[in-house]
Amino acid sequence: MNVAVPVQKTTDVLIRGVTKVFRRSPAEGDVHALGPIDLELRAGEFFAVVGPSGCGKSSLLEIIAGISEPTEGEVLFEGKPIRGRVPEGIGVVFQEDACFPWMDVSANIAMGLRNMPIGSAEREQRVKGALEMMGLTEFRGSYPTQLSGGMRQRVCIARTMVMAPRLILLDEPFGALDQQTRLLMGEEMLKLWRRVGTTIFLITHALDEAAMLADRIGVMSARPGRLLDIIETGWPVERTSEVVTRPEFGQITARLWKGLREESLKAIRDDRAAP
Amino acid sequence: MRHLTLLRILVVVAAVLVIEGLCRIGVIGRFTMQPPSEIIRDLYRVLASGKFNAAIASTLMNSAVAFVLSVTVGISLAAAIHRRRIVREALDPLFATYYAIPVLAFYPLLIMLLGVGDAPKIMIAFMLGVIAVIVNTLNGLDRVPKVLVKTARVLQMSPVETAVRVTLPFATPYMLTGIKFAVAYSLIGIIGSEFILSSNGIGFEISFSYNNYNNSVMYPLILLVLIIAIALNILLSYWEKIILSRRGLA
Repeated sequence: MNVAVPVQKTTDVLIRGVTKVFRRSPAEGDVHALGPIDLELRAGEFFAVVGPSGCGKSSLLEIIAGISEPTEGEVLFEGKPIRGRVPEGIGVVFQEDACFPWMDVSANIAMGLRNMPIGSAEREQRVKGALEMMGLTEFRGSYPTQLSGGMRQRVCIARTMVMAPRLILLDEPFGALDQQTRLLMGEEMLKLWRRVGTTIFLITHALDEAAMLADRIGVMSARPGRLLDIIETGWPVERTSEVVTRPEFGQITARLWKGLREESLKAIRDDRAAP
Repeated sequence: MRHLTLLRILVVVAAVLVIEGLCRIGVIGRFTMQPPSEIIRDLYRVLASGKFNAAIASTLMNSAVAFVLSVTVGISLAAAIHRRRIVREALDPLFATYYAIPVLAFYPLLIMLLGVGDAPKIMIAFMLGVIAVIVNTLNGLDRVPKVLVKTARVLQMSPVETAVRVTLPFATPYMLTGIKFAVAYSLIGIIGSEFILSSNGIGFEISFSYNNYNNSVMYPLILLVLIIAIALNILLSYWEKIILSRRGLA
């Protein structure tokens, strides 16, 4: 199997003036959740976004995915605007358990290929490869309820990987896992990223996770979320979770926290003030 | 679980034995009811005679048609109105009070509209079953996690494909509750209608036997209805158990 389908190096995402306003009744007032955001994702890079709760990180991810539409601005994927539907070539892994509970692991993974124009032999091959890659081969006949949270998340990642997406959007995919499992899952994600060479856009609450995984980290403000800073980590491509022991790791997380501390306090104050 | 099943069987067996005893010692007169052992023997005779095959086939066929209609129309309607907020707000209170309406009382109207054949009976059974299917399917669809719907969009599924492959399968355990009701209501609707507006079917034969004091036909047919209802229920419960155990809910 080769889940590691070669990625076109032209892949990129261009976010231009993206704003999201949630319309509500005049009494409640509209909520300006996000933006304007301008950002360019480089082909093949690992980009992470951190920001306080409610700053619109997930809204931004859903706009990039084509799951929701921006109020203003536009997103271009490989030069083409994303409008109201998820373009071919984008895979998304959500924080919540998105396994289909009535299907076994193999069937869950194969769902990613349902609408792809490939033959049954290649379909089987890709599923087999994804099972191997995510260490799920012996659980291929198990149902999601028979798996741990980490394994269910691996099923979702495998379902995304079989589609060989050129852009993977991760919405706090390890948020529900314990710290050790998160580190290991992050390491697995780095291996996958190196092997597949795809562009990854990661949303996370965890500063250490962002600092360990990403090439660049975008720091967002409290609502309405705007990009305050973009930090280049400077990690080599061949990195593991051991980067957390390096002095630069501390410097990066310190810089992230410096940028986020006031914004997080602001988010808490806003939450308390909300009716 | 096995102990509970055994206990249930024991309760039924004990009740049957008590009735058998009461019949044998004459507390329950033969004119009122023959002993259960004789009812079983008579059921064999009734079935072996072939005299009631047409009635049994008619009842089963009409019940099956009403059941299939209730389930297909019920699930389709539920899927269609699920995301339509205004329609839901308008219909939900009607669904909640629907079973206060005595559907059987509409039979004269249904005869006028649909004639005197099987159609009014099927319509009554359908009217009884379809709302249970709609309400339970909506209940299941309301519980579909948003993340599964988002996942369907990421997997390039159309709205119809999302319903067929994601939301309805998720709602299956809830739909099964509605389907069980539909089975029961289909039998109740058809057999009940046969009592009042038919000249064939098991319901008509039970009614005819009752009016002619023919217990040796009436009780075996009642037993037959019980056996059919219980067998269908066991089958559906078995299916439900498989589905729930896969989801860690059994």
